[in-house]
Amino acid sequence: MAHQSDLIEKDILAYLKSQEAKSMLRFITCGSVDDGKSTLIGRLLWDSKMVFEDQLAALEADSKKIGTQGGAIDYALLLDGLQAEREQGITIDVAYRYFSTDKRKFIVADTPGHEQYTRNMVTGASTAQVAVILVDARKGLLTQTRRHSYLVSLVGIKHIVLAINKMDLIDFDQQKFDLIRRDYQQFAAPLGFASIAAIPISALDGDNIIGPSSNTPWYGGPTLMSYLETVRVEDDRREQPFRLPIQWVNRPHLDFRGFCGTVASGVIRPGDEVRVASSGRSSRVARIVTMGGDLPEATSGQAVTLTLTDEIDVSRGEVLTAPIAPPFFTRHFVAHLVWFQDEPLQPGQSYLIKTAAALIPGKVTTVQHVVDVNTLEQKQAETLGLNAIGVARLELDRPAAIDSYQQNRDTGSFIMIDRFTNATVAAGMVIAAAPEIPHHEQVAGALAKPVDEGDTAIRRVNLGNALICGDEGNLVDLTGERGEIAFEVTTAFLDILTKGNRVLFRLHDPGQLPSVALLAYEQGLQFTFTRVGDRINLVLFSSPEVMQSLPAQDVIGL
Amino acid sequence: MTHLQQLEAESIHIIREVVAEFGNPVMLYSIGKDSAVMLHLARKAFYPAPPPFPLLHVDTTWKFREMIQFRDRMAVECGLDLIVHVNEDGVRRNVSPFTHGSALYTDVMKTEGLKQALDRYKFDAAFGGARRDEEKSRAKERIFSFRSEHHRWDPKNQRPELWNLYNTRIKPGESIRVFPLSNWTELDVWQYIHLEEIPIVPLYYAAFRPVVERDGMLIMVDDDRLELKPGEKVEYKSVRFRTLGCYPLTAAVESTADTLPEIIREMLLTRTSERQGRLIDHDQAGSMEKKKQEGYF
Repeated sequence: MAHQSDLIEKDILAYLKSQEAKSMLRFITCGSVDDGKSTLIGRLLWDSKMVFEDQLAALEADSKKIGTQGGAIDYALLLDGLQAEREQGITIDVAYRYFSTDKRKFIVADTPGHEQYTRNMVTGASTAQVAVILVDARKGLLTQTRRHSYLVSLVGIKHIVLAINKMDLIDFDQQKFDLIRRDYQQFAAPLGFASIAAIPISALDGDNIIGPSSNTPWYGGPTLMSYLETVRVEDDRREQPFRLPIQWVNRPHLDFRGFCGTVASGVIRPGDEVRVASSGRSSRVARIVTMGGDLPEATSGQAVTLTLTDEIDVSRGEVLTAPIAPPFFTRHFVAHLVWFQDEPLQPGQSYLIKTAAALIPGKVTTVQHVVDVNTLEQKQAETLGLNAIGVARLELDRPAAIDSYQQNRDTGSFIMIDRFTNATVAAGMVIAAAPEIPHHEQVAGALAKPVDEGDTAIRRVNLGNALICGDEGNLVDLTGERGEIAFEVTTAFLDILTKGNRVLFRLHDPGQLPSVALLAYEQGLQFTFTRVGDRINLVLFSSPEVMQSLPAQDVIGL
Repeated sequence: MTHLQQLEAESIHIIREVVAEFGNPVMLYSIGKDSAVMLHLARKAFYPAPPPFPLLHVDTTWKFREMIQFRDRMAVECGLDLIVHVNEDGVRRNVSPFTHGSALYTDVMKTEGLKQALDRYKFDAAFGGARRDEEKSRAKERIFSFRSEHHRWDPKNQRPELWNLYNTRIKPGESIRVFPLSNWTELDVWQYIHLEEIPIVPLYYAAFRPVVERDGMLIMVDDDRLELKPGEKVEYKSVRFRTLGCYPLTAAVESTADTLPEIIREMLLTRTSERQGRLIDHDQAGSMEKKKQEGYF
């Protein structure tokens, strides 16, 4: 194994101590078919001694039987895991590999080079910090090289290794190497990488993989392994404003309410003020709770449980944020989309949009353009087909807290899910958001009332909790509430309606009608209401057929 | 953050996501070291509450006795419901690793048993402790791995998995297998057990145990169901297990490592991978891939 340290033999406890501070690097390898990606990773595993004797025995047998190296060890066979791809001699899906040295643990996303599998490359790149782009020294830059470079830049990778492979087949020619390097730097200039390191290698023979190669005396840069061990991947998420998408509210008993999630950016300490992105209500952090005792601070990347000093409503799908520089809270934004499906994007059709914490129905209103990944040219298009990358405008049914992807990879990314097949149809990266139109302007004019800028006392009601299902029907009793209400919709609540059931809302006064009208608007529901003295009885339902059978004057909010 | 802190945070995120999105999740508890880490992470994810799901153990009836004792103790200590499922049909047919061969035995008692349990309790998500570094076909499996209503895995039609956004949508009858330890290696698991002082089954530590040598492997005589073949004799040797499963199918290694640091040292200096001690992987080329397609974890 890679851990050659004498400490293992002599003082295992000291060794374990030294390993506790090890860092982690995730990188992706990409290139065209036959560029030698699998061979390269196999070589990294091999040379870092991560191959065990029994695997070696299997590898030797396989190399003779199905290897492509004339019976010599075929490192690629260490990786080509699925039988189907062994038979075809190609890599068909993203695979993850692991190796470690005394300095770092590495997670490698090994992704295929064929055009039809772009989605796998975007998948692998989405969690990577560095991209190793393989080029066959004999062929130079190919269409695929350009495509992969654009994709990794799109997904926010800042550091590129241009691994110019098969140098042995061009006699380690420095001029050819320099030519490819210059070509690449020229091509990649608009992609905004922070660094590009070109390394001349032979994955098959091991040149410049671990140790410096005697075949390239003209090359003074790092070997691939030493680059990977030492590259500094700047992580400025800690310096960004605090964001905590709430995954789960932990309520073991009445005295404890913990808000669980992974900190997307920033630092938080007990006493810090936090704000709910949707309602604008704020509180302070009371404790950062863990099984090992409370923490004095938590930072980006940590999975935490916070308690707050005030009883404010926060549920899954909300984002707790720093009071300054909150995220956008909006229904409208522009984003890069990478389309994954044979079935092209249907503008106007409803998809599910999953962001850091929320799952909200929404649609693409227009495709602005598609990007030709070979030339980076923008072209007009109505839709996006398989593996197309474009810029589109989206509209969500309800507002979500989002950032631009450039600012925050976690709160600026989303996936799109087909509502009928449940397939993940696209990956999205937010470019910019439109400021949200005040809620009430979206509601039928007669019900609108001016937005009171100073009004922060909006009550939040979770409909899942407020709903009482009884023999006489489903009831939400709001007669105890005063003023405007913001509703939190739950799937259980919507399920009741989509099954054709009606829900009776009892309102304290007519001033609360706009709140329910907004709820109906956002969820595509209908309602009728009647006055009972000062109170209002309102019936919410989903079926358009029912609506048609009702007296027209009673139906509003359509 | 160190690599272990990053892995821990990722796993906790995954576990919380499952509880938030699924109606009826379960944690497959195989009693091994990976299960021990997974359970520990689940406790951390929901502290101060206990994890809001039961443990499920598919008992083949051939597990080491110490595993069963450990299992029952951990469920009580962690305050979790424990569901033990045995494929009674297999028991009635007297399916054993000796009489039916490891392939059929595993299929009936493990894979079929697991499917029965998932169907009976209608679990829509099941956590498993598998790691991608264990075996080639696992390396390509998603963290949230979709299963058809017949529990089948389709390796060529997996959902793309980006950032930490997991598509948890399923139709009735379908389910998701979730692997929170996907990105952990064997070394990470051991380092974490050491750092967090996580209890593990004593069989991982070296001790004098009764073993017989069979087909070049040391098999522990855990009860009187192991019939000795001509020429075989029971010897007491200082052995331990790198992986735990059914005792007739799990080879011991000779070792004197009786502390965690010693185990880690042995692991770092060793020259064979941990699954080598598992007889079921050697049945046929690509055997794990095939088993997984049929519903094995």
